[in-house]
Amino acid sequence: MTPLLDVQNLRVSYTARSGQCLTALANVSFALQPGETLGVLGESGSGKSTLAVALLRLLPANGRIERGALHFEGQDLLRTAPRELEKIRGGRLALIFQEPSLALHPAIRVADQIGDVIAAHKSFARRAVREQARQILAAVFPTEAERIADSYPHQLSGGQRARVLIAQAISCGPSLIVADEPTAALDPETQQEILTLFRALRQKFNLSMIWITHNPLLLEGFADRVLILYAGRVVEKGTTSSVLSSPRHPYTQALLRCLPPRIEEGVASHKEYLPAIPGESIVSAAASEGCRCLFEPRCAERMVVCTEREPEMVQLSSTHGASCFKHAG
Amino acid sequence: MEPLIRAENVVKRYKSGGAFGSRQEVRALAGVTFSILPRTTLAVVGPSGSGKSTLALCLACLEPVSSGQIWFERREVTALDAKQQRALRPSIQMVFQDPANSLNPRMSALELVSEPLNIQNRFDKRERRDRAYDLLQRVGLPREKAAQRSDEFSGGQRQRIAIARALALEPKLLILDEALSALDCSVQAQVANLLIELQASLGLTYLFISHDLAMAAHLADEIAVMERGQIVEMGAAGSVVNMPQHAVTRRLLLAAPGVSNAALEPQAV
Amino acid sequence: MNYLLRRLLQGALLLFGVSFLTFLFSTLAPGNYLDEMRLNPQISSATLAALRSQYQLDRPLPIRYARWMNSIAHGELGYSFAYNSPVAPLVWIRARNTLLLTITATLLAWGLALPLGIWSAESRGRLPDRALSSATATLLVIPDLALGLGLLILTARSGWFATGGLVSVGFENLSPIGKLRDLAMHMALPATALVLSALPILTRHIRAAMGEVLGAPHMRAAAAHGIPRRKLLYKYALRAAANPLIALFGFSVGTLLSGSLLMEIIMSWPGIGPLLLEAILARDLYVVIGGVLFSTVFLVAGNFLADVLLYWADPRIRTMAGAR
Repeated sequence: MTPLLDVQNLRVSYTARSGQCLTALANVSFALQPGETLGVLGESGSGKSTLAVALLRLLPANGRIERGALHFEGQDLLRTAPRELEKIRGGRLALIFQEPSLALHPAIRVADQIGDVIAAHKSFARRAVREQARQILAAVFPTEAERIADSYPHQLSGGQRARVLIAQAISCGPSLIVADEPTAALDPETQQEILTLFRALRQKFNLSMIWITHNPLLLEGFADRVLILYAGRVVEKGTTSSVLSSPRHPYTQALLRCLPPRIEEGVASHKEYLPAIPGESIVSAAASEGCRCLFEPRCAERMVVCTEREPEMVQLSSTHGASCFKHAG
Repeated sequence: MEPLIRAENVVKRYKSGGAFGSRQEVRALAGVTFSILPRTTLAVVGPSGSGKSTLALCLACLEPVSSGQIWFERREVTALDAKQQRALRPSIQMVFQDPANSLNPRMSALELVSEPLNIQNRFDKRERRDRAYDLLQRVGLPREKAAQRSDEFSGGQRQRIAIARALALEPKLLILDEALSALDCSVQAQVANLLIELQASLGLTYLFISHDLAMAAHLADEIAVMERGQIVEMGAAGSVVNMPQHAVTRRLLLAAPGVSNAALEPQAV
Repeated sequence: MNYLLRRLLQGALLLFGVSFLTFLFSTLAPGNYLDEMRLNPQISSATLAALRSQYQLDRPLPIRYARWMNSIAHGELGYSFAYNSPVAPLVWIRARNTLLLTITATLLAWGLALPLGIWSAESRGRLPDRALSSATATLLVIPDLALGLGLLILTARSGWFATGGLVSVGFENLSPIGKLRDLAMHMALPATALVLSALPILTRHIRAAMGEVLGAPHMRAAAAHGIPRRKLLYKYALRAAANPLIALFGFSVGTLLSGSLLMEIIMSWPGIGPLLLEAILARDLYVVIGGVLFSTVFLVAGNFLADVLLYWADPRIRTMAGAR
């Protein structure tokens, strides 16, 4: 089956104001099948947000895709003309940004903002656009769609704004939605509501999703497969259950270990020190390119070879891979 | 043991409305009663809008209460005048959620941490600097980095600077308003450990406001659950989490990430 | 609605205050019109005394002010000593000339500044932006006086446009097209000077407002949805940048009567500027007050217009005001 999205050896870098070239993503490869949800787990500096905008070719002026292949629905996005890209963005491939409060225009009504997305991709008459916008809102707001349609973003709660962003994303019937931490700014209850909404929508419209987050707990029972990013590299990938219940990369293991004990397990440890990962995350790898494993300074299981070169992805099973010298050879 | 801080029937009303429009009153706190024993942690959890942050502001004397009393170390804070309340400020300090907004990005870490000492005019210049270096070291920031501007630090490091700054005046009570919520998971663990360590070594008392029930349960001795300006349940952390009594508590526990999401899959149409 | 009503009342209060202060200051200034006449030995002191009581110059201040307010209410702005005619029609004709000039200049300035500022913001850091920045910086630095005089010299040497006045002699005899053309020739110089002095400030403000908006998250999000470039720029970016620009526009309207004072005097444009100058020098009290009052009305109206536009353009102000 041809994958919906095929990313091969993607490398993205930024040029800082000082002229220095910083690599945000290196050697990122993965494939997304239709109807699948891929979770991307990464903390600050891992390059997850760069991945999101790179997929849409929306890097800022000082960023560029240095090498790699990016195929969406069989089309080579790296060779597509800007006009064509405009049609794909929002039409076939939609992006939901973080911070719903900032991603909506403050002075345009919600229905119009959704309508603008529809108008950008379909050549409907004005009335048809409005009709379509209202229908989409009704799918996302079961009860108060009318009121929301005429409101301005600042009149809505955080959860409602998140829903409006979702409505914008699905308005043109895309096949892939990339969501960059859409629930990060919300409280847990609203978070659950939004996740439930996503589940319902993806079932109804057979959506494929890339869900980017820094919280592993959100991916359980939601994502089919998971990609773990650290300092711009994919350190582990596999099915969600496999990676989260038996992680094979030291970073993933350390990350999952340092979470506070789960509530459903009762309050066992209390005020005990959590096994935190020592040191700081690398914000952007500049000098140590290809010379060493970037997690090595903080790794509990480091070896000499880890300072000599970067590890490659090792397939541990058909559904699980990790890039660590522990498993190589 | 005598509680460090005690609140009785605290009510906080906010009025909105000008001379021409209709006045609307919002009761952010509708009669809150609780106490915190010294060297313990009270976690305050609840849905958005339940009044957690308002409570924090009232306890820190940053907002006057509409009615009710607050006692700090046996003195009735609500009965003091503005000048006396200001004298109490060093004992109650706050750490906020977003260090990018609560720290001046142009000031260096050292300047930020010495600022409270400068404002309160304590010690001479050299001693202030020494104390500032000490505090930064205590929170795990090396001396070499002290002169860097705060916007050059990561989120976790900035939150450490915020904590160091809060400790500058040797407070007894530290109010942490979602102080960990904006941080990555691995950084949360680091800062949580720091808080535990500081409580043990400095004898601090914490009021920990959070959305994250798992972290709250991990750090707290007692948990208070708020809803619509009132405390609906309060007790030892273990019993509140394992045997929730109130519907709101149960709702919050169910909504916590990681709680079996499989049960939430929609039924096939 | 209450918001606008409040603003209107504030404006009215302001007008009242300004009129009183103007009256106060002009009467407190030493000397009055008759002092000039006193120097003339041909006028007897008895005549002066009679004139003084005729013009009520010997009454106490509050009474004069009260009588003046009374006549304002009747549409009478007082009497000009120098021109020996009622103030109102005098000021009105001059004001009309000024408005003709300044409205044209303002429309031109905004019409040029908007596309230039937007272009500059779009190409931030690159050549068009840097070239424009240098040009505007240069214009900003040149004082209005130098600008006006420079243009005058240029015109006088080349003979292209007219160097002063509203219309040529024999204006009445021209055809309508001819009249328009004549007017335009005379207006070209002062209008150009005004546009050149306003353009750099406007362009920079527009560039700044647009620049801030173009980098905002909601713009990136809209781009991510594939919204076409033109719509992004004009519907999304401009609307978000509108607030400071509307305030600026209100200010532009507010200075329609007062901003061109210097240029009118230099270019001999028969507007309210030269009138005011002469009146101040001649202690022609009621003309001064009349002129200042007219200008203030425009200032207050301009601010109010900005408030109305802001209310209409920014939904946050609307709902905030309504929620009160």
